[in-house]
Amino acid sequence: MRRSREPFFWALFSSGGMLAALVLPATALYLWVARPLGWVQAPTDAELVARLAPLLVRLVLFFVIALGLFHWAHRFRYTLYDGLQLSHLYGLIAIVCYGGATLLTVFAAWTLWRFP
Amino acid sequence: MNPAYQPYHPKWHRKRMPIFWWLGKPAYTKFITRELTSLAVGYAVVLLLAEICALARGEAAHARFLRLLAAPPVLAFHLLVCAALLFHSVTWLNLAPKALVLRLGGRRLPDWIVVSGHYLLWLVASGAVVWFLRGGS
Repeated sequence: MRRSREPFFWALFSSGGMLAALVLPATALYLWVARPLGWVQAPTDAELVARLAPLLVRLVLFFVIALGLFHWAHRFRYTLYDGLQLSHLYGLIAIVCYGGATLLTVFAAWTLWRFP
Repeated sequence: MNPAYQPYHPKWHRKRMPIFWWLGKPAYTKFITRELTSLAVGYAVVLLLAEICALARGEAAHARFLRLLAAPPVLAFHLLVCAALLFHSVTWLNLAPKALVLRLGGRRLPDWIVVSGHYLLWLVASGAVVWFLRGGS
């Protein structure tokens, strides 16, 4: 019998969900609400680049982005199956979700590696 | 015979479920809302990646990105995204005791301790994020 790949994707989903739950609300509220509204002093470009440049910071960013993408892929796949009753498109939906997350993860790795 | 195949059964009748079956009951709506927060998580990490790309491309690109963030419709949409992210955090952390069973001296730690520990972790992580974005002050 072929072994299921489900536990592997579930582990990515679950670690991505935890990481997203812990860091994304603060990040989103700070960068995309408080900063454009002027509630906080926006860092200059040079300051931002200096903050994101250390290898450790880029590594953390990679994990947040990659695991967040796979969290989306896994959960959204099942939302489509159950919510919209598309289980007859099982294979196609899986390929689009995990494939999309994989492509964006590769792009994120490339971007962060070359940053700034 | 392929085991996945099902023989033709004219007598089987399956009632068709409406697409919006989850609107009928608050618990179902909450479940689908919780599942749909994954869209907000995916959007947030992609936007984070977009800002990093804009920063890497230079000042003009990043200035354009910041102008886009300040546009009222975009800002309003991002408030919605933030609400979904908060909903994700609350529902996710509330489920922590289901996934994590801690034992102390042979007795299982009560759920509220596991949940409070996770909320404390959330507070510390959020503080660390803000501290980092402010440049360590």
